[in-house]
Amino acid sequence: MSDVDVGGQTDHGPHSLVHESHPGWSTYWKVAVVLTVITGVEVGIYYIPAFVRTWGFVPTMLVLSGIKFTIVVLFYMHLKYDNKIYRALFAGPFAIAAMALVGLLFLFGKVALRLGILRS
Amino acid sequence: MTAAPVEVGHGYTTTGLPNRKIAIWAFIGSECMLFASLISTYLIYKGRSMVGPFPHEGWVDAATGHRYKPILNIPVTSFSTFVLLMSSLAMVLALAAVENAEVPKRTLGDRILGDSRLWLFVTALLGMTFLGCQAYEFTSFVHEGVTIKTNLFGSSFFTLTGFHGAHVTAGVLWLLTLLSIDLKRGLGPKDALNVDIAALYWHFVDVVWIAIFTLVYLIQ
Repeated sequence: MSDVDVGGQTDHGPHSLVHESHPGWSTYWKVAVVLTVITGVEVGIYYIPAFVRTWGFVPTMLVLSGIKFTIVVLFYMHLKYDNKIYRALFAGPFAIAAMALVGLLFLFGKVALRLGILRS
Repeated sequence: MTAAPVEVGHGYTTTGLPNRKIAIWAFIGSECMLFASLISTYLIYKGRSMVGPFPHEGWVDAATGHRYKPILNIPVTSFSTFVLLMSSLAMVLALAAVENAEVPKRTLGDRILGDSRLWLFVTALLGMTFLGCQAYEFTSFVHEGVTIKTNLFGSSFFTLTGFHGAHVTAGVLWLLTLLSIDLKRGLGPKDALNVDIAALYWHFVDVVWIAIFTLVYLIQ
């Protein structure tokens, strides 16, 4: 029986199809720095009242948060390196959850109010 | 007559992937839906509280004349967010240390990076620090008059962040269990899948907080 490297660990299994390696310290600390900087930028923006009042505040925060989310999922949760089946198992329910969230916000008028489609 | 499942080896599915890792990803997918429902409930009720205190605005109680400040404490929450992000770094280092436990360590740096006990301990400690910040926040909210029964904000906020805190607590207990096993007999490459599954859960708790921090605390 051959050794199978599954998600970076050696384990005994019947298949040799799966071979994935994870990044090391050199990648992990850079990711941590990027996450810290983005968090710092988010908090910094929060304390700029002139920007908070503009239409660009919410999209900016959502984009920054989305970047952090994606970085953690790709590098720390190893979806960038692991098997595509794991990616599908996460992306499918996540897409449904995100669509349900946006759908509910439209249903209750939150997004429509913010975009000016409805009047409060 | 139904077909019997194909036996492909202990702990592995027909995809060649470990079934426990597939299970944790399926679990994480279902957790996405749980937290999406909690976050959407918070956002739908946001700004619809009839009485204060409110998260981002001050409020004067007409009955008592008492003036309330905005309730959210951004500096403390920013610190706890940083703590949770760093705990994710410690967790990936713990996993890497377990995966490479049998690789010889020549330098001091290699020995530090390869010490799974250290990184599991640091991750659990940072998780407990996050929980301490949350306990401080909840206590200060109650002292300032916001409980789960006060208004819509209190109900939806405590439910959302309380559920997240419960997940962090479960993660800390899981990490401490792994740490105790590591101290007892040592964790090696054969245990990497167990640590990987715990790490995935821990990172998921982190990404949920990334969303909560922005949607609940920063967006006004």
